[in-house]
Amino acid sequence: MAASPQLLINESAMRRNRLVRRLGKLGLWLNPVFAYFFLWAPILILVLFSFNESRSVASFTGFTLKWYNNILHNVMGAERAFSTEIMLNAFRNSLFVGAIATAISTVLGAMIALAMARGRFPGKGLLDGLLFLPVVIPEITQAISLAIFFKVAFDWIAVISGERVFPGFHTIIMAHVTFNISYVAIVVRARLADMDPQLEEAANDLGANPWRTFWRVTFPLILPGVIAGALLAFTLSLDDFVITFFTSGVGTSTLPVFVYGLLKLTVTPEVNAISTIMMVLSTLLIGISLALQGRSASRA
Amino acid sequence: MRENGALLALPTILWLAILFVLPLIFVLIFSFMSRGRGGVAIMPFTLDHYGRTFGIFFIILQRSIGLAALTTLICLIVGYPLAFFISTRRRRIVQQITLFLVILPFWTNFLIRTYSWRILLGEEGTINGILLSLGLISEPLSLLNTQLAVLIGLVYGFLPFMVLPIFASVERFDFRYVDAAHDLGANDTRAFLRVVLPLTLPGVLAGCALVFIPSVGAFVTPDLLGGTKGLMIGNLINNQFGGSGNMPLGSALSVVMMTIVMISLLVYVFANRRNSGA
Repeated sequence: MAASPQLLINESAMRRNRLVRRLGKLGLWLNPVFAYFFLWAPILILVLFSFNESRSVASFTGFTLKWYNNILHNVMGAERAFSTEIMLNAFRNSLFVGAIATAISTVLGAMIALAMARGRFPGKGLLDGLLFLPVVIPEITQAISLAIFFKVAFDWIAVISGERVFPGFHTIIMAHVTFNISYVAIVVRARLADMDPQLEEAANDLGANPWRTFWRVTFPLILPGVIAGALLAFTLSLDDFVITFFTSGVGTSTLPVFVYGLLKLTVTPEVNAISTIMMVLSTLLIGISLALQGRSASRA
Repeated sequence: MRENGALLALPTILWLAILFVLPLIFVLIFSFMSRGRGGVAIMPFTLDHYGRTFGIFFIILQRSIGLAALTTLICLIVGYPLAFFISTRRRRIVQQITLFLVILPFWTNFLIRTYSWRILLGEEGTINGILLSLGLISEPLSLLNTQLAVLIGLVYGFLPFMVLPIFASVERFDFRYVDAAHDLGANDTRAFLRVVLPLTLPGVLAGCALVFIPSVGAFVTPDLLGGTKGLMIGNLINNQFGGSGNMPLGSALSVVMMTIVMISLLVYVFANRRNSGA
């Protein structure tokens, strides 16, 4: 049997291959070490310096809780005005906006998801595109388009009715609903795709009218998807800064807009402390919602 | 319900038509209008703002695309091996933990994650503190308010968008193909380039699109880390919406930015189709 070409590959090529393999292995181990360090170091440093004795973020000199105490007593350091009251108010605004925007966008998103999955009407491809666009469009573009829209709409209202409308909760909520609908629709559609349409047909054959079929068969089956979509919408709403920044009015700032005002200033240990609290809260919130999602998904 | 499909879709379609499509049409119209007092849009129509976008602001447009491209490249170089590392962990629990460690930092608000780099990069920040105390430098380096800071912030902000789709691709990859390639005489480099890479390309393409698009439209990252040297098109747009702003100019900049996003989406769709067709 003639030797196959592989067996005749010269020694140096073999050695080169071995070297490549070793380097590759080394790289494959060094890369995660570097990547995880890169991902975690900034966050850990932020948390660490929120407990630092001195105001410096250059070196850690000792442990203290005084910056956390300062936040509770309207002190921001470096003679900056800060109000715990305003911060808590912004947090309340966030919850209020998030709750209403979530309720509206969950209904609208679930409706369009159902229509897309079960209905038959022309222009579905176009609708697909329309639902996809808010997810990919840069936030700043959507933000300024809404700012322009509200400005023009309020000018027209002023001309027609003589009453001046100002931006506030209503504009923030409308903006949040707009960017949330697509996300809810995506999540609910995924759930509908997993569902057997024969179950609905069976209900139909057994004499249930469409309304009854929906509430007794379809709705209970897609409920985990609807809940997951609502939780995602609420999280996105609480987290949003750019679009809220452009659509909020006086006194209706949400927590991210308030925090942005602080972060734009210099680095202070109080800001680090606030950031740490927000980080813990949002991690807890998402953790709980994921756990709930996992439970409802496994139960269904 | 089948018959009511269109009726069921109607409220949402109306909502999106009024609050998503119409506002974008307003932006398009504004971009061709003149600037009035207070930065508002007035008649007559003009092409001035597009002239300025591709004139004096062209350098910022270039910088935005350049920074976004570089961010995508770095995310790919760091993210691909990382996704590979995660998906090749044999034990399920180790795989889940390594993946979780990538996702967890992203449960933190984007503003705060970006702010954390101000602590590290500042003139009196942690990196300068460490380098000074080690005696490696005698003067603090100016790291903050540079394009480098923006680049770091963007990579930090969007790295998981690269890792997650590639992870999904590598997870589906059957490693017996590599053995087959070796048996057929391919060395490691060749096996990777001809077998592994093409089969994980959908994840790579999705990751690139998911990183490039938000990077090119970034506003928060250059705002908090870039200063005037790291100004990007997103900041320029933001600046047009204040007291001394120019809404038509901001609109024109937005239209150009959206065009860039649409082109990159088309490139993504086209590349994906070609890859799956081949």
